[in-house]
Amino acid sequence: MARYALRFGALGYLALLLLVPVGLVFYRAFENGAGHAWDAVTTHQALHALELTLLIAAIAVPANTVFGIVLALALVRTRFPGRGLVNAVVDLPLALSPVVVGLALFLLYGRGGWLGGLAGHGVKILFALPGMVLATMFVSLPFVVREVVPVLREIGTDQEQAAETLGASPLQVFRRITFPAIRWAVAYGVVLTTARAIGEFGAVSVVSGRIEGRTETLPLYVQSQFEGFDTSGAYAASVVLAMIAIGTVVGLRVLHPREEVA
Amino acid sequence: MAADTAALERPVTGRSGAPLARGVATGYLSLVVLLPLAALIWGSRAGGLGAFWEQATRHEAVSALKLTLVVAAICALLNAVAGTAIAWTLVRDRFPGKGIVDALIDLPFALPTIVAGLTLLALYGPGGPFGIDVAFTRTALLLALLFVTLPFVVRAVQPVLLELDTEMEEAAASLGARPLAIFRRIVFPNLLPAILSGVALAFARAVGEFGAVVLISGNLPFKTEVASVYIFGQLQSGNESGAAAVSVLLLAISLGVLLGIGAFRRWRTRHDA
Repeated sequence: MARYALRFGALGYLALLLLVPVGLVFYRAFENGAGHAWDAVTTHQALHALELTLLIAAIAVPANTVFGIVLALALVRTRFPGRGLVNAVVDLPLALSPVVVGLALFLLYGRGGWLGGLAGHGVKILFALPGMVLATMFVSLPFVVREVVPVLREIGTDQEQAAETLGASPLQVFRRITFPAIRWAVAYGVVLTTARAIGEFGAVSVVSGRIEGRTETLPLYVQSQFEGFDTSGAYAASVVLAMIAIGTVVGLRVLHPREEVA
Repeated sequence: MAADTAALERPVTGRSGAPLARGVATGYLSLVVLLPLAALIWGSRAGGLGAFWEQATRHEAVSALKLTLVVAAICALLNAVAGTAIAWTLVRDRFPGKGIVDALIDLPFALPTIVAGLTLLALYGPGGPFGIDVAFTRTALLLALLFVTLPFVVRAVQPVLLELDTEMEEAAASLGARPLAIFRRIVFPNLLPAILSGVALAFARAVGEFGAVVLISGNLPFKTEVASVYIFGQLQSGNESGAAAVSVLLLAISLGVLLGIGAFRRWRTRHDA
């Protein structure tokens, strides 16, 4: 009896908080017909927002993947002063408000900021692509690192040392031994990084200046359409983002089949 | 056990790639994370400590901070209960479609926060299908935070519950313990560390949330305006130092939570060993 109460309590909570609201957005987007929804996401402004979102992800995700692997290697395989601090800083983007991230970049690259002078030399960071990429890199930094670190710990260094003894160069060791062992963790981290990069709102909202048709990403587009009373446009763009999110969840399942519930 | 971990964590010295990896890693981290945060802290004290204090204790700022902390704390507590119940259902219960429900838990991580807010507004806002309209209230704020923080406790508790042997529980049951007593005396103490770290992360996330609350809370000063929305508003109206002062407080809370979780983990490893 208690088991059923718990089951229906838990599932009911999930349904009311998660499933019904997300389902309703799909319903709202398509209630005037699929053609209407299609028109709403293929306007010039919406397409540009989608392109910009994908472009930012295409820069930030590879950067965080490469540096994420290097960071994980540095954290697990080497000892250096300040390693504990680095460890804490890596987690910070997970716990810090995205608006604070945006403001930090704004103060660094804005007028009077330490790197504010760059704008005078024709390097426009704020209200332009570089600032939005930097904001996205900040918020999505931890995912690859956090997935790779435990795997590196688990595999240990026996094989790497054996390869070294046999005369392999560090690059060869990485390519032949280390990378094959961590590649699924990397893939998992990449999926999480991509989802976070595509969905980022707060930090990008601050540094982009939200110039319509110029620095507006898809999540920003959702808000501006909604506030401009084009709710069908907002719902249609939301469905595009929700489908990316559902794709992410499916991707995570495929990559982690062993995490299945018993 | 402790010796094993030490061996695994022992660095490989003398590898020619190590100093390079270390340099690249810290350089990247400094450029992307540390430098902006340093600029934030620097910017917040540009007018002196007195100005910082004045900005941080403005009536509207204090009200926003208080609301943020209270709602985030309520959200974290509700997550402790709901998250543990959901994790329990997913691990110990059997029902058709369990795999799909399990996958669904990750959705709030993957869904852009602005979409989460819009989603909740569609159901619980004006013109919703159930006739419930909580838009622009503190209830709406709490709902939005519950949505985005859902995975933290579930995903922290689930693996621990999976590992937990049912033998002890069976022994207790055979000795006549009631289900509630078994949960309280055996299961709960084993889950507590996982619940706490999930709750702490959910709290930190709730304190900083912006995208999910911006549409549904209405951002009414002194009523539904949380700290992140306040910061955004101050920046929009040109009060950079006011935005920076509250930001530094949020940064301190985030760091405090992370360091707390880290210290708690180290304390447990030492006491388990």
